[in-house]
Amino acid sequence: MLFNIALKNLLGARLRTLLNVFVTAFSFFIILFMLGMYDGMLQHAKNVTIDTEIAGGAFWHPEYDPLDPMSYEDSHSNLPQDIQALVDEKKAFPVLVSQVSIYPGGRIMPAILKGIPPDQNIVNMPTEALLGINDGTIPVLIGKGMARDSKLKVGDSFTIRWMDADKTYDADEGTIIYIMDTENFKLDMGHIWVPLNIAQSMLEMKEEATYVTYAAGITNDINSKQWIHRDVNYLVQDMEAIIEADKPGAQIMFMILLALAAMGIFNAQVLSIFRRGKEIGTLMALGMTRSRVVGLFTMEGGLNAVLATIMMIILFGPILWYFGVEGIPLPIDYSEMGLIIAKRLIPIYSIGLIVSTMSLVSIIVLIVSYIPSRKITHMKPTDALRGKAIA
Amino acid sequence: MDNTVVSITNLLKKFPVGGDFFTALKDVNLVLNEGEFVGLVGPSGSGKTTLLNVIGGLDSPTEGSVHVLGRAMDNTSHNERASLRRKNMGFIFQSYNLLPVYTVFENVELPLILNNIEPEKREKLVSEAIESVGLSHRRNAKPTTLSGGECQRTAIARAIVHQPALILADEPTANLDAENSHHIMNILVELNNNLTSSFVFATHDEKIMGYLKRMVYLEDGKIVKDESINKKSTRK
Repeated sequence: MLFNIALKNLLGARLRTLLNVFVTAFSFFIILFMLGMYDGMLQHAKNVTIDTEIAGGAFWHPEYDPLDPMSYEDSHSNLPQDIQALVDEKKAFPVLVSQVSIYPGGRIMPAILKGIPPDQNIVNMPTEALLGINDGTIPVLIGKGMARDSKLKVGDSFTIRWMDADKTYDADEGTIIYIMDTENFKLDMGHIWVPLNIAQSMLEMKEEATYVTYAAGITNDINSKQWIHRDVNYLVQDMEAIIEADKPGAQIMFMILLALAAMGIFNAQVLSIFRRGKEIGTLMALGMTRSRVVGLFTMEGGLNAVLATIMMIILFGPILWYFGVEGIPLPIDYSEMGLIIAKRLIPIYSIGLIVSTMSLVSIIVLIVSYIPSRKITHMKPTDALRGKAIA
Repeated sequence: MDNTVVSITNLLKKFPVGGDFFTALKDVNLVLNEGEFVGLVGPSGSGKTTLLNVIGGLDSPTEGSVHVLGRAMDNTSHNERASLRRKNMGFIFQSYNLLPVYTVFENVELPLILNNIEPEKREKLVSEAIESVGLSHRRNAKPTTLSGGECQRTAIARAIVHQPALILADEPTANLDAENSHHIMNILVELNNNLTSSFVFATHDEKIMGYLKRMVYLEDGKIVKDESINKKSTRK
């Protein structure tokens, strides 16, 4: 009975219902869109890291610690046999890492030199550009950020100074042959990339490497005891840690959006219910009990949430879908700030996000329907009938 | 057989006003019987609406006893009073109090829905009630499209549709012109003749007093005269 009356009330009060439902649907939309963008940003950062750097995982030299440049000096050796077999099958590629100093325009800059096989196609990097020239200088690939910082452009030559395996300093001329545009600042900032064989020759480390990156999808039965296996989960753990550390921020953002939505819904719903004080008084005079009146208005709130969900799907669903496919172009290059943020952000609407948003907003609607109607029904029916203001 | 519908003894009703109390009704003793057509008559502030609300269980007495249809209103819960109103009372308000989003039919149907009457029976009873007030041609109209007289006739149909024992009307003609007031009263008199329901009006509209069969005069919260029109006056 209450359901029929509630439905009749909602459908009968066309404009009022439309406004209430619109406010709720818009709240659904805004929360889903903003948090979808946020999730998309974090997911994108993870995807870019995997695509351009991690691939399926890596084997590290036992001494290698990417966060400690001093360790690079000792973290190189020939590859263990089983890993070498992967490399030979083109399922993996080795990288040799060393600290160097570069002198672009006469200025000294510390940099990390990485030797990479130009013909690798396991990570998404334009390493084939390193095959480009052979004029006697060292062909160098850098990122846009590094180019900006060092004021280097394609064709520029500069001195590279390094310490080889024999602890002897040496130097040679390098030439920028390509400037890559990558979203992964870890490949860009402070890095220079050279062909692996040249790096091995420069550093006097023939056939040696610091780490090996293997292709995605390789079921790994390799368990090299000499080198340390780092799977994707390990390699993205700093990214996961950033996401984890940012969770309170995300939760605060969610709460703020929810609070804003709740205020909008509260205003619309409370105004609507308080304006119906006389109607509530009439229902009580006709013999509806207080609990049934509260139930009726709470049910109206619930139906409001259902209608809002339908409206959200019809009205805002295409917008969410469009941005989910096309993404949103960002005007600023965030890589300068040391952030992996896509130039085109693609929101991700997870089932968890949709369900939690819908549930929370629906609960808010129910609460803001329940509280004022309960307050009105606790007025004397005679006051409610007169439409007397509620304290 | 006892045909008492309302029995009030030594009723006192006070309202808190600021830090003090305002006495709205004092020493009220009244008995209303089945089928009566009674007016609670008096100037504004005399307590007639308060008395009507106490009889209807919308307000509770401060002191004294009020029995309506055999139930002590001073000793019943909100839900019991709601049940009594739902099953045995009909209300007619000065400003009609129709639900604006409902049609005439739906407004009249509401008491039957609240009483869990079957849809087929509802259809029949609502149609009869609407016909009895001459609104069959407006059954699908919304209150906003009705005249004041039509609104009040809808309210009357809503009050009688579940055939209650007691119909309470608070200034039912106050918002109507003379012609509509007489029309409404004629309908109510006819309903009173055809039904066993008792009608109690709170009014100070002199136009309708000629229709009343009994007038209970109130002044400053006290009954000052109780007059049966077909009999000799009996002053309290």
